[in-house]
Parts: sequence; C-alpha cells; structure tokens
Amino acid sequence: MIPAVVVLVYLAIVLYLGIFAFRKGASSKEDYFVAGRSLGPYVFLLALFGTNMTAFAILGSSGLAYQRGIGVYGLMASASGLVIPLCLFFIGTRLWGLGKKFGHITQVQYFRDRWECSHVGTVIFLLTSLMLVPYIIIGIMGGGHTLEALTTVMGPDGKPQLHEVVRDGKLVAETRHWVGYEVGGAIVAVVVMSYVFFGGMRGTAWVNTFQTVLFLGFGAVAFALISKNLGGFDRIMSEMAADPKTAPLLARQRIPMAEFFSYTLIPLSAIMFPHIAIMCMTAEKVASFKKTVVFYPICIALIWLPCVVLGVVAAHQFPGLKVGESDDVILRLLTSNTDALLAGVLGAAIMACVMASDSQILALATMFSQDVFGYYGGTRRFGDKAQVWTGRAFVVLVTTFAYLVGLRLEDKAGIFELAIRFAFSGFAALAPVMLAALFWKRSTRWGALASTLWVASSMAALWWLHDSTTGIAPKPGQPHAVIFPALGAWLVRSPGGVLVHGFLPVLPMVLGSVFWMAVGSWLSRPPSTATLARYFPDREPSTGSAGSGRPLSADN
Amino acid sequence: MKKRISLTLLVAAAYLLHQDFWNWEKIHPLVFGFLPVGLAYHVGYSLLAAALMAVMVRCAWPEDLDPAGTPPAGQDGSKEDPT
Repeated sequence: MIPAVVVLVYLAIVLYLGIFAFRKGASSKEDYFVAGRSLGPYVFLLALFGTNMTAFAILGSSGLAYQRGIGVYGLMASASGLVIPLCLFFIGTRLWGLGKKFGHITQVQYFRDRWECSHVGTVIFLLTSLMLVPYIIIGIMGGGHTLEALTTVMGPDGKPQLHEVVRDGKLVAETRHWVGYEVGGAIVAVVVMSYVFFGGMRGTAWVNTFQTVLFLGFGAVAFALISKNLGGFDRIMSEMAADPKTAPLLARQRIPMAEFFSYTLIPLSAIMFPHIAIMCMTAEKVASFKKTVVFYPICIALIWLPCVVLGVVAAHQFPGLKVGESDDVILRLLTSNTDALLAGVLGAAIMACVMASDSQILALATMFSQDVFGYYGGTRRFGDKAQVWTGRAFVVLVTTFAYLVGLRLEDKAGIFELAIRFAFSGFAALAPVMLAALFWKRSTRWGALASTLWVASSMAALWWLHDSTTGIAPKPGQPHAVIFPALGAWLVRSPGGVLVHGFLPVLPMVLGSVFWMAVGSWLSRPPSTATLARYFPDREPSTGSAGSGRPLSADN
Repeated sequence: MKKRISLTLLVAAAYLLHQDFWNWEKIHPLVFGFLPVGLAYHVGYSLLAAALMAVMVRCAWPEDLDPAGTPPAGQDGSKEDPT
C-alpha cells in the first residue's frame, strides 16, 4: 500500500505544478504553447531530457538488456549521446533562431514558409501526427499497468493475493489490486490532461524537470541499494561471466554489427519529433543550448547505465522471462530488493517516464492549433485566446481518445509498440527534410514532398513486410529467414523484425529520403529569391529564380 | 576553414569510434569490478561525446543566431501573414 500512496502523492505534486504554472503564466499563445520562450538553461536541459525519457526508452532498454545484453547501452544510449546533442547543436539552435525571428512555433509553419507551399506542410503534419498517436496511447496504457502493478494486494505470506473473476464466460484467478488497470489509466489520463490543459508548455516543462531530477536522484540510490542487497554487482557479474549461458549477455554476441551500426541513425528521430522541436523554441536564449548539448550525454549515461546493468543482472536473478515479460524487470528488482518507501518513490519515478506522453499530447494540440486552426484563418477571425482554447480543447480530446483506445484495445498493446518502433525509423528518415530546409538553399517543396512520401510509403511497406513474415520469424539464436528467395539475403526476417542486407530498415529509409530530396529539388524550381533572402540573409541567393516573394496562399 | 575541417574530422572520428568491433566478444577486464569492458568503453564514449560537444560549443558556436533587437514577426501562423 505504501508504494501506491507515494505514487498518489507524486501525482498530486505534478498536478499542483501544472496549476501553479497556469497561475504564473500569461494567457497568450506564446506563453501557453512555448512557455513565452523563456526557459532558463537548467530547466531547458532537464525538461528537454525528460521529454525524451519515455517508458519505451527506460523500461524497454532494461527489458532489451535482459534479452540481448550490455550492447543495448551502445545501441540506445551512447549513440544517442552523440547524435542527439549534435542535432540540437546544428538543428535545434537554428530552429530556435527562426522561431524567435519569424514567430514559428511548429516545424510545419517553418516548412510551409520556407518552401512557399501549404501542401508539403499538410502532408508532414498528417504523417507526424499519425506517428505520434501510438506514443500517447502507450503512455496512458503504461500508466494504467504501472499503477496496477504498484498497488498489488499482498497476502500475509508476502505473495500477491488472488481472486476469482469471470473473463469471457470463464472463471479465472487474477491478482488483486487496490487500483485496477481501468481506474489507473483514468487517473493517469486525468492528471496528465489537467496539468497540460492548465499549465501548457510551462507546466509540462516544470513537470518534466521534476521527473528528471526524481529519476536521476532516486535511481542512483536504488541502484546502490539493489547492488548491496544482492551482495554486490561485481559478484553477480563474475558469476555470469563464468556461466556459458549468461556470459554472452556481458558481450555483444547477440547483436550483429550491421544492426549496431544502423542503430546510430535512430537518434536522428529526436529532432524530428514534434515535441522535441517545439521544446527547442522554449529556450530564453540560444546560449541555453550550450549546457544542454554538453550535459545531455552525461544525463543519458546516468540514466541508461543503471537501466542496462539492472536488465542484465535481472537475467541472473529471474532467468527465463520471454520478450515482453522482461520489460518490468526493474520493477521486479525494486520490489524484491528495496523497502516499500523507496520502491514507491522509484515507482513514482517510473510513472514519471510512463507519463512522458504529456509533451506529446501538448505537441499534437500545438500542431492542431497552429498548423490547422491558425493556418486556416481561425486566429485571424477569433483571436489569440481562441487559439489557446482550441489547443486546450484538443488536449482533452486527444487524452480522452487515447484512454478509450487504451481501454478497448488493452490486449493489442503490441501493435502500438510496433508502431512506435516504426515511428522512430520514420522520424529519423524525415531528418534529411529538416537538414535540407536549413542548410540547402536549393531544396524545394517538391523535394520535401517526394522525401516525405517516400518515408510514408516505406513505413507502410515495412509494416506489411513485418506483418506478413510473422509466421516465418526465427526464434532468438536461429538463422534469419529469407523473405523473397529471388532477393536472397537482401531482405530477411530476424527475430526482431525485417532486415535489409543485415541492416535495420532505418538505413535505406534515410538514404532514400536523401535521394528523393535531392532528385525532387533538382528537378523543380527553387523558392523565390525573396524567401531565400529571408532564410539565408548572409549570402546572395544564387538560384536565379525571380520569385514574387508574395505571401503564402493556398494556391501554391 | 582549417578549424571547420578539424572539427568535421573530429565528429567523424567520434562517430566511427562508436563501432568498437574489437570489444565485440570481450568480457574482461571487468572495469571497477562489475562493468564488462564493452560496456565500460561505451560509458567512456558518452563522456567523450560530452567533451566533444564542449569543444564544439567553444570553437563552432553559431553566434549569429540570437536575433536580439529583431522583434518577432508576431505571426499567428495564418496563411495570410505578411512574409
């Protein structure tokens, strides 16, 4: 019961933070959607990091380390520690500068203006929205499941109490919980919805900062306590190294080199996630990025190192868990090796990660209010306040939708998790579009459109391939299955998914995106000289296109 | 120009160092008694990434981005906005 009380106290604190942010902030759209572009360097760093620290990343990394070993740190953490700060350095700072100069809040506003075309923005809006929705659903589902797991009713013998319930007309024994999945999901949905509704970006940034501090602080304490309780990680690692069954987990035998290499492209997704790009607009000064890019790799190490080590240690403590079952190994280690109070605090920290859907909900609401409501004249007709209230209404709508889907499709969580995995590749493959917009003057709307359509169609093809080859998917340790005999090893199915010549699909997706961006741009007319002069003011436009520089209209 | 080339090479070298094939099947030594060498390498790599970013901030910071004194355009994002 103690962990449940701690988690409820945590939820009350984050709710208060949201309402406090509401009372402190102004009612303008800049204040609601980008915290008045006023975040200082430390809040900016911690909020940005917290926004990226999702349940999928934290619980998923320990679950994956349980199955595949220490190489998961290299896959997920050290590659991100280099690529994400570089993206923030080269792209984030420039997005911030353009946002400050031209008033942009979303990526789509920038693309529409930069390429003088509404359609390319609309296509990117639709694609990114579609890729963001599964995160929000999984966030609400994860909240319900975590709250349920933390409120398990224990019997006098220290084991979970069972009770009989009727499921599909059959009587089955289930673990008893103080808070069930449905109620847990509803509590999480209402709390997240409330602080995003009231606090907007300021409230979300404060909550993310609080969550990051909580996880960094208590994570280190839990790591030390679990080690002490188990007699030291050095003893466990030595035992694992000596056992032929567990030794491969301490090296990278279960991760092919080609997969390890192609994984370094996945963190490119970070800057294309709308919630990260919008978060870049919130810094008060561009100098706020300095501390962020330097400390980001260190924050990643502080969070992911314990997660990966605990995942590997869990393979020694709880052997035999299947894929999916291993995602809760951190919770298992916590409840069996720390006291109830600390388990509760850490449970709250894990809830914090699970609830990272807050910034995604806000990003969707921001995009709708800016790229649809504002763009099609809503703000001009009804004013700034109406735009903010449209965003708030959208927050309620999205959260309610996610909760209802989470209830209805609880047993289909795997589909949404798969969608998230594909979305990482999809967002990464959109990064060339952003790079071209910022650094390639000659890039055009047709290039951007071709590249975006390539990403959308390759994701659809990937989904189809993955789905249609589930039956031939090999088990871990077995050789890859050839999908089309005529293509040989070019397209194979591994236990985790489809591989292209041994590489993750993200590699051809990114290369294809670069190709279509280049071809589409070279074959079409560049933007007008007036637009180029605005976006590349230091250099003479060299395209020779005498554009009109007229305001963007729906016709182009 | 020389600085730009040096920094580009530095970033490229850091990217390549991520692919530490020489540690692939190694477990020992266990650094600090509990970190397999492949994991310790990548923790060190994270610190290297932080150091690299510190160098980038010091030597290649885009000073011209802060439009201080340039008032925001005050757009509401509508397509009729002056551009």
